[in-house]
Amino acid sequence: METVTLTIIKQPELYLEADCISPDVFAETTGEIADLPVYVGREQHRLGDFFEISGRAGTTPAGTKIIVKGDLSRVKYIGMKMTAGEVVIDGNADMYVGAWMQGGKITVNGDVDAFAGTGMKGGELRINGNAGNYLGSAYRGDWRGMTGGRIVVTGDAGSDLGTFMNGGEIVVGGNVDVHVATHAEGGTIIIKGDAKSRLGGQMVEGEIYVFGDIDVMMPGFAYRKDVDLEVDGAKGRFALYEGDLGERHRKRKGQMIYGKLYQLVRP
Amino acid sequence: MTKTVTDVICPFCGTLCDDLEVVVSKDGKNLLEVYNACAIGAEKFLQSQAKDRHTRPRMRQEDGSWKEISYDEAIEYTAKMLADAKKPLMYGWSSTNCEAQAVGSEIGEYVGAVMDNTATVCHGTSLIAVQDIGIPSCTLGEVKNRADRILFWGCNPAHAHPRHMSRYSIFPRGFFTGKGHTGRKMIVVDPRVTDTARIADVHLQIEQGRDYELLDALRVAFKGEQLPDVVAGIPKEKIYEVAETLKSGRFAIIFFGMGVTQSLGKNHNIDAAIAVTRDLNEYTKAAIMPMRGHYNVTGSGQVWGWQFGFPFAVDLSRGFARYNPGETTSNDLLRRGEVDAVFVLGSDPGAHFPFSSVKKIYGLPSVAVEPHETPTTEVCKVHVPVAFVGIEVGGCAYRMDNVPIETRKVVDAPEGMMTDEEFLTHVLARVKEIKGV
Ligand code: SF4
Repeated sequence: METVTLTIIKQPELYLEADCISPDVFAETTGEIADLPVYVGREQHRLGDFFEISGRAGTTPAGTKIIVKGDLSRVKYIGMKMTAGEVVIDGNADMYVGAWMQGGKITVNGDVDAFAGTGMKGGELRINGNAGNYLGSAYRGDWRGMTGGRIVVTGDAGSDLGTFMNGGEIVVGGNVDVHVATHAEGGTIIIKGDAKSRLGGQMVEGEIYVFGDIDVMMPGFAYRKDVDLEVDGAKGRFALYEGDLGERHRKRKGQMIYGKLYQLVRP
Repeated sequence: MTKTVTDVICPFCGTLCDDLEVVVSKDGKNLLEVYNACAIGAEKFLQSQAKDRHTRPRMRQEDGSWKEISYDEAIEYTAKMLADAKKPLMYGWSSTNCEAQAVGSEIGEYVGAVMDNTATVCHGTSLIAVQDIGIPSCTLGEVKNRADRILFWGCNPAHAHPRHMSRYSIFPRGFFTGKGHTGRKMIVVDPRVTDTARIADVHLQIEQGRDYELLDALRVAFKGEQLPDVVAGIPKEKIYEVAETLKSGRFAIIFFGMGVTQSLGKNHNIDAAIAVTRDLNEYTKAAIMPMRGHYNVTGSGQVWGWQFGFPFAVDLSRGFARYNPGETTSNDLLRRGEVDAVFVLGSDPGAHFPFSSVKKIYGLPSVAVEPHETPTTEVCKVHVPVAFVGIEVGGCAYRMDNVPIETRKVVDAPEGMMTDEEFLTHVLARVKEIKGV
């Protein structure tokens, strides 16, 4: 695997849109990586105007690894739409990290702002830090949210986690803000810490697991029974709630299928 | 001698009343009296006659004082500012006509601006919900003639839209509503005992910030499923009762305001309210409508809808339209330092935005196009006073139910003053010159 290392040497006056930082674009470009276009507002610049670039890309996305270093908290769209290969971000990154990604792996050693993993289809997004709002959510107006892949956040996540989720898995090591799996029709969300309120609002199908507290339960979720489960390597007894009872639901083999919310029962 | 102009449109709130009568002097230069309008509507007409009104643009000087400049100088400053900026914010667009909004959008395209209107701090969240799940709505005429279940959620029309209840929603006798208010059941959901709540048949005094839960509970109740004993501070018996009241009507309408659009959950609250409306249509006819504030914020969404495909927060910086509230919305852009110039027309962010955003505007090149002296003109570098739309110049405006209404000119603007549209047309011409297009 060939490696390209990008080190930010100049901060943009406003924000930098760098959707070209992806193994797909690097592997497929015939010219210099430094000449790839990036944008500040309506102005187009070269990637090389902002980053020091070393190493080279592989001939395929899968054979390409990108390491991005420095303070990237004003850089958007890193790893957008990537299908294969690897991106390592050493530092905080701004919005849309791994948005619409289809494959490959992104590791962030730092925090990310909102809209990370928007409309994700596949691959793995690992954030060793905190995530902002709309992690693994659908893009505005799209009713097909995350359909596949896996997102792991070691810290906390913001609000609107996994909106319109259809598949895939999100694991949050810390706490989450309001609105989890709103309108979800599939997929799995695991929250190791506490949740606030509005879990599974308008949820059709899918699963939510919460290890900590839930401040306010949705009125549309009804307690069914306790079950013993192994969740992300941890064994325990969980209280199973089903809902959202107010929302439409499919029937399978004559049985109504609901969204499932499991909360760890602490002795 | 005076003359009376009839069927005048009120350019204040989204109710856009169209039955005002205005008395003007014979030469058409002075506005003397206003009939039929509510107090806030009448005040807007009378304010245009203020003797100390600014009639020429002014520019802030180094020492903080204002210096009068010509319209030409203001046009030059504005065009340069917009053309030089990498990502200017063009905000407001709610208290002006659609004609001006259209010219403004054209400027926005040439300079790669972010176009945002007052929905961003008001009903933008409703627009997000509409995009997510659609909206079953109707016109205010249908409400007047048919609705017998009226639900006001998080809004206080008694003060914010004073003639809404008398003209459309509660008191008028319509074609199928011959008994007026006695034939209607009025429900108000509000944590406060507002003047609107005081005249309601049912007031659900909801716990602050629990709207989403209560809306969900209504949906559960419609389906006859079990509810917890208390939701959002309301006992379940009451919720089942209100659900039954709504289902048993011939036509139910939900009006909602900033109490739900800007409280916890924002767009999700409206999303759930639309779902409640959709559910109700399984039992009766039901519709839902946002109580739009500024008289033509709806029109601004319409104009951008047909020009760009999105009703607010449209980022044109890269030459195509992008829309993502949370990123492309004014306060996020200002807070994060994503824009380098601010143009304001037909709104007062100085009064409505958080202080941190207003401070950012103060630090940037900025122009406010605005008939009044406002907190916004106070923080901007250039203030361009213009004629009042709907009083001194006509033009199209959209009522809260998306009905376009042509506003009327009733008096002349002070000598030599430009309208929004004229000023923008000149700025557009100058921007094209600078850009060489
Ligand atoms: S209700 Fe609104 S539109 Fe009607 S007169 Fe009053 S302010 Fe004007």
